[in-house]
Amino acid sequence: MSDTDRTEAHTSTGPEHEASRPDAPREKQRFELGTGPGRVLVWFYGVFTVAAASRSIVEMILDFGKAPLAYILSAVAAVVYGFITYSLVRGGETARRAALVCCAAELAGVLIVGTWARLEPSAFPDSTVWSGFGMGYLFIPVILPVTGMIWLRHARND
Amino acid sequence: MLDALTVAVAVTALALAAWCGIAAYRDQPTKDWHFIGMAVVSVLALAQLLVGIVQLARGERPDQGMTIFIAYLIGAFASVPAAAFLSLSERTRWGSVTVSAGAVVLAVLEVRLYDIWGN
Repeated sequence: MSDTDRTEAHTSTGPEHEASRPDAPREKQRFELGTGPGRVLVWFYGVFTVAAASRSIVEMILDFGKAPLAYILSAVAAVVYGFITYSLVRGGETARRAALVCCAAELAGVLIVGTWARLEPSAFPDSTVWSGFGMGYLFIPVILPVTGMIWLRHARND
Repeated sequence: MLDALTVAVAVTALALAAWCGIAAYRDQPTKDWHFIGMAVVSVLALAQLLVGIVQLARGERPDQGMTIFIAYLIGAFASVPAAAFLSLSERTRWGSVTVSAGAVVLAVLEVRLYDIWGN
């Protein structure tokens, strides 16, 4: 492990690498993802976890048969939001990568479900969190993953 | 009574959002006065929660269902205290942005509550 670190430090000339000592042991310390601008993201992802989870739970309890696909998708959205919130709070490179993948999945989900519901409205008798590209939620479901990915890419360089 | 409280919570929440927005713009964290403001909004939201429960107990029913109404009442009550808690450990301008966002979320919840209650 330390060998790869050494070569990396020699080959790269980036300012962030010059600052760290080449022979220093691999950084075990987790960097923070949920502070600074990340704190605002923690808030929004937390809100959307609660919103999507409670929405899908209520809808599933009241009348699951009405639109099972829509309700399951809302539940999936809740799980994705929850995992991103957890990753932001946890911090570190592993969590950063996991959150990045989930943000991409979230964006894909919003775009696919939004388009799908538009092309084939009969598949969704009831709307989901991601229907109409998140229109019912002020388009935050589309804005949030993009902001999240920008922040997560930026956070590594700090 | 409930409608009046809904409007009051929404207006004070927006005022709080603007106030904390100014603090964020000036690169300041939330201060004691901001927390007093958050407490005022939270007390109003708590009053709304209690009045809502009393109305339900009296037999009045919201247009869009009781479960959703109660869920939104609880969400409205919890949003500002939760944002306040996050800003306590984020002593930068971003703590102010968080509270501002929390207050905006509360205002949106109030609009939804108004629709859910109906009349």
